[in-house]
Amino acid sequence: MKERMDSTRSHQEHKADDKRAERTETRNSWQPRILAFLCNWCSYAGADLAGVSRIQYPPNIRAVRVPCSGRVNPIFILKCLQNGFDGVLVSGCHPGDCHYISGNYVARRKFAVLKTVLEFMGLEPGRVQFSWVSAGEGEKFAQVVTRVTEDVKRLGPARKLVKAVRSSDTKD
Amino acid sequence: MANVEQLLRDKVEELLKEKKVSCVIGHARGSTAFRSTPVFARSEADTDGLIFDITCGNNLAQYLRRCDRAQGDRVGIVAKGCDGRAVVQYVAEGQVKREDVLIIGVPCEGVLDHRKVRDRVQDRDVSRCRVDGETVVFEGKDFEVSMDRSDVLSDSCKRCRYPNPPVYDVFITEPVEAAPEKCGRQELEKFEELGASERWAFFEKEFAKCIRCYACRNACPMCYCEECFVDQSDPQWFGKSTDLSDTMLFHIVRALHTAGRCVECGACERACPLGINLSLLNQRVEREVRERFGYTPGLVPDQIPAMAAYNEEDKQEFIL
Repeated sequence: MKERMDSTRSHQEHKADDKRAERTETRNSWQPRILAFLCNWCSYAGADLAGVSRIQYPPNIRAVRVPCSGRVNPIFILKCLQNGFDGVLVSGCHPGDCHYISGNYVARRKFAVLKTVLEFMGLEPGRVQFSWVSAGEGEKFAQVVTRVTEDVKRLGPARKLVKAVRSSDTKD
Repeated sequence: MANVEQLLRDKVEELLKEKKVSCVIGHARGSTAFRSTPVFARSEADTDGLIFDITCGNNLAQYLRRCDRAQGDRVGIVAKGCDGRAVVQYVAEGQVKREDVLIIGVPCEGVLDHRKVRDRVQDRDVSRCRVDGETVVFEGKDFEVSMDRSDVLSDSCKRCRYPNPPVYDVFITEPVEAAPEKCGRQELEKFEELGASERWAFFEKEFAKCIRCYACRNACPMCYCEECFVDQSDPQWFGKSTDLSDTMLFHIVRALHTAGRCVECGACERACPLGINLSLLNQRVEREVRERFGYTPGLVPDQIPAMAAYNEEDKQEFIL
């Protein structure tokens, strides 16, 4: 019995070593993947402006255009983390500028509670972030993406809440 | 409590006789002497079985929406503080009309956590349960177990800030005095002192026990969606297995869905067959909603619930 336990432990240790090696190896080349939910009326246009103005920002975000930041169900954000995104950004219109008058105000309440819950449970604060970017703020959009990318890079690959890591998911 | 029970039966009988209500939702003795079961009293004969004591832990509010009644009929409900808050929240959320409910307030000094009783009496049959001051006595054939009230009370009752229904139509005897000094937030505060990885490990350990039976959801007065997000199949948000990631998502989303709505009755925890600590997350959310939005659910019937409202001046320090 003792022998078997020992051999199991060494097997686990072996596996852990493998994983550690894999991580250090990938850390240098690893790039975070961040999903950005951008509101159609402001932040998506802000991203567009950053593009046409040729402002540089990290290529780590994948944009999903949503009608309003209020459209973003917290489940979407959790599903992103579960399915292997390292970070999530939700960006909408500044308060008072919502195309639907109050969508971003309601979103703000939802996000405040979601962020509280995740951080209370021990998820890294930088994984899920929120911003207001207007259609005229191409520069700010680039700054936000740069900051979020740096934050997520510092945190490393997401490990919490991740459901299953398929081999194709680890490569970008 | 015997006095309360008799007065309650008399009152319900009177209400039914005078046709002020078509039905009263109350408690009756359950499968053992320290459990209770919800009961619908529709005639005077049904009132004999009504009880109210330390064993009445079910939150009855959820039966309001399910109770068969004709248009315009009024339904009575025996309400502890938390049942009353759930009814008020229903009114605030447009689920029932205030005038359709007759709230019968009862003095609640906390309810039993049947698991704590089970730990002591094991599988022996309890035939009688009585409260003697601060002691609760469980009697059966050839045995008697005495426990301190504080050792058998549900944890949510130890934190209770609203032992009386905030709104009621009749009250059996007198409202009990709230004891704010006893409303322990120590568990939450102590937990928050832990580091992030310890907190995460705690929740992983707790939710790993979950068998996804959804008893918490079914016992919860606020989980009344016709189709719960975990049951949806198009899109199917969650895997059906007990994969830890799916289970944690279920509990996170349930905490979000009950944000600004949870009346802290503890029905979820008492219903959980695995004894998972479900209230810690809810306590944190409750505090956030209270401090950030200045809202406490289940107190004012005509107040818009926090998560359905907004204030232009809401804090947004977390937004870039």
